[in-house]
Amino acid sequence: MNSLTNRKKVLESKQMNFWERIYLPAIINGLSITMKHFFKKRTTVYYPEEKRSFSENFRGLHSLKRDENGAERCTACGLCALSCPAEAITMTAAERKPGEEHLYREEKYASVYEINMLRCIFCGFCEEACPKAAIYLDGDIAKAGYIRDEFIFGKDKLTEPVIK
Amino acid sequence: MDIAFIIEKLILISAILGISLVIAMYTTLAERKFAGFFQDRVGPNRAGPWGLLQPLADGVKLFTKEEIIPTHASTFLFVLGPSLSMFTACITTAVIPWGQDLFLFGRQISLQVADINVGVLYVFGVVSLGVYGVMIGGWASNNKFSLLAAVRSASQNISYEIAMGLSIIALLMMTGTLSLREISEQQSGMNWNVFYQPLGFLIFMICSFAETNRTPFDLPECETELVGGHHTEYSSMKLGFYLFAEYINMFVSSAIMASLYFGGYNYPFMHLISNPNIAALIGVAVFFTKILLFIFFFIWVRWTVPRFRYDQLMKLGWKVLIPLAIVNIALTGTGILIFGK
Amino acid sequence: MSHSLFYLLSFITLFFALLVVFAKNPIHSALYMVMTFFAITCQYLILNAQFLAIVNFIVYMGAIMVLILFSIMFLNLNQATEPQKSSLLKFAGVISAGLLMLTLVGAILKTGGGDVPFELIKPDIGLVKNLGKVLFNEFLLPFEIASVLLLSAMVGAVLLAKKDIN
Repeated sequence: MNSLTNRKKVLESKQMNFWERIYLPAIINGLSITMKHFFKKRTTVYYPEEKRSFSENFRGLHSLKRDENGAERCTACGLCALSCPAEAITMTAAERKPGEEHLYREEKYASVYEINMLRCIFCGFCEEACPKAAIYLDGDIAKAGYIRDEFIFGKDKLTEPVIK
Repeated sequence: MDIAFIIEKLILISAILGISLVIAMYTTLAERKFAGFFQDRVGPNRAGPWGLLQPLADGVKLFTKEEIIPTHASTFLFVLGPSLSMFTACITTAVIPWGQDLFLFGRQISLQVADINVGVLYVFGVVSLGVYGVMIGGWASNNKFSLLAAVRSASQNISYEIAMGLSIIALLMMTGTLSLREISEQQSGMNWNVFYQPLGFLIFMICSFAETNRTPFDLPECETELVGGHHTEYSSMKLGFYLFAEYINMFVSSAIMASLYFGGYNYPFMHLISNPNIAALIGVAVFFTKILLFIFFFIWVRWTVPRFRYDQLMKLGWKVLIPLAIVNIALTGTGILIFGK
Repeated sequence: MSHSLFYLLSFITLFFALLVVFAKNPIHSALYMVMTFFAITCQYLILNAQFLAIVNFIVYMGAIMVLILFSIMFLNLNQATEPQKSSLLKFAGVISAGLLMLTLVGAILKTGGGDVPFELIKPDIGLVKNLGKVLFNEFLLPFEIASVLLLSAMVGAVLLAKKDIN
C-alpha cells in the first residue's frame, strides 16, 4: 500500500554484529554522551531569585483599569461575567452618588467585583468582551495558597493602584 | 595486648566508621547533584551553600517520620533486616589497608584494623552475608512484592558471587597471598594489578555493581515491577538504613577495587619521600582519591545505563561472566607458566 | 581463655541447633541454622583453622543457607497443606537418628574423650598456605575425585532441570 506521506519508516531487525552484541562499546558511547552533558552549561533559571520575562500575549492575573483621571472604568455591565466560560466572575452594580465623579467614570459602577481564581482558566474572554477596556489580564502568575478563601479576589486585589 | 594498642585500634575503628558514614552521607548528595549535572540540571541547591546541608536535612526528615510496622509482619525480623544490612555494610572496612604504617610517639601504628591472612575471603564472606538483610526484611514485610524482591536479590547475589570469586582467583594466582595488605604492597609504584588483569578487573567491577544492587543491576528495588522492592513496607529510619547501606556498600566496594586492582595507597615516586609519616599520609590521600573516583564512576554509570531485564541479568551472570572468568584463569595460568611471576 | 570460649561456643551451637528442630516456623528454623553455622565458624577460628572457618562462613552461611531460605520462601507452608507423616515413617526416623547418635557416641568414646583439654599437634595446619600444600601434595587424588563428584552432581542437576532432553 502506498503511504500518503513520505514519513513512513520501514523497520528492519538486523542481526547484531559482534561489537554490538558484547554491549561494551555501546556503554562506553553512552558514558561519553553523559559526560558531555556533565560539562554543558545549565539552562536552569533559579526561579524565585530570577524570573524569565513573559511573552507579549501572556495572560496572568486580572487588573481593573482606571482612566487618565484615576476613575474606575468598569460600568458593571456584566458582559465579562456573561462571557466567562468558567463562571468565575460575579459583581454587584451600584449607582454613582454626586461628588464621586473622580472615583467612577460612568453613572453605574461595580460596588463588588469578585473573580474566583480557582475557577478562572485565564482564557481572556472577559478582556475581549469588555466594551469599556476596563479589565486586562496583564498581571503576574497566580500565587498558590492554603485557604480557599484566599483565591476569591475582590476589588481590593484587582483594581489598579491610582497613578499619582 | 597493652592499653596503647587497644586505644590505637579503638581510635582507628571509630575514625574509619566515621569517615565511611560521612562519605556515604555525602555520596547521597553527590548522587543527586551529579544526576542533575548529567541531565543539564543543577540538582539540590537550597539547603546550605550548593545544597551542602541536604544530607543533614534528609537525615532529620527520615528520623522524624512516622514509624510503621505492618500488622502481619514478623516484628523482630522486620527490625533485624535493616540492622543486618547496615551491620554487614560497615564491618567489611576492617580488613582494608588504608595506608602505610605511621610512626607516632615511638610506636608503629598500622592503618588497618586487622591484617588477617584470609582478608580477601573475609570480604567475600561478609558480602555473601549482606543478602540476608534484604532477604529477611523482604520476607518479614509480609508483602508479595517485598518477597519477590527478596527472592530476586538472593539469586542475583549468589549468581554474581561465583563470577566474582572466579575473577579474583586469577588475581590471587599472581599475588600468591590472600592478605589485602600484602596485595597492596606488591603493587608499589605503578605496578598495578589492573595492567596484568584487565579482564579480571572488568568482571570484578561488573559483579560488584551487581552485589551492591546498583543500576544497571538494581532489580531487587525495581520500581517498575516491584513497587519499592524489598523496602516497600519500610518507613522512617529503617528505610533510611536500607538506602544508606547501599551507599556504604558502594564506598566499601570502591575501596576494595582500589586496593586489589588500582594499587591501593601506592603512588608513583613514593620512595623519593624520605619522611615515612608524610609518605603514608599522602598514600592515604591518594587511596581516598581513588575511592572517590570509583564512587563517581558508580554514579556516572547509574545515570547512563538503563536497568537490565531479569532474564538478561541471569544470562549475563551465568553464560557470559562465569565462562569469561574461567577463561581468564586459564590465560593467567598460561601467562605465569610462560613469563614466570 | 580458649577453654571457656570453647564451652560457651558449644553451648551456643547446641542451643541454636535445638531451636532449629523445635522452631514452628521454617524460616525461623533456617535462621537459627545460620546462627549454628556461625558458632561452628567461631569454633574453627579458635582451632586456628582460618581457611576452614572462612570457607564455612562463605559456603554454608553465605550460599547454602541463602539457597535453603530461597526455596522455603517459594513453598506454601500452611498447616492445612502440610501432609501428616505416617507413624511408620516417624518410627523409622527415630531409629535412624538413634543409630547416628550411637555412632557418634561410640566415635567419641573411641578417640578417648574424658576431660583432657584438646591440644593441636600441628597448630599451623589450618593456615591457608599449609592447608593448600597438604591438599595438593598428599591428598591430591581424593581432592580431585571430590571435585569430579561435585561436577557430576552439577551435570545431574542440569539434566534434571532440563525438561526435554532432545
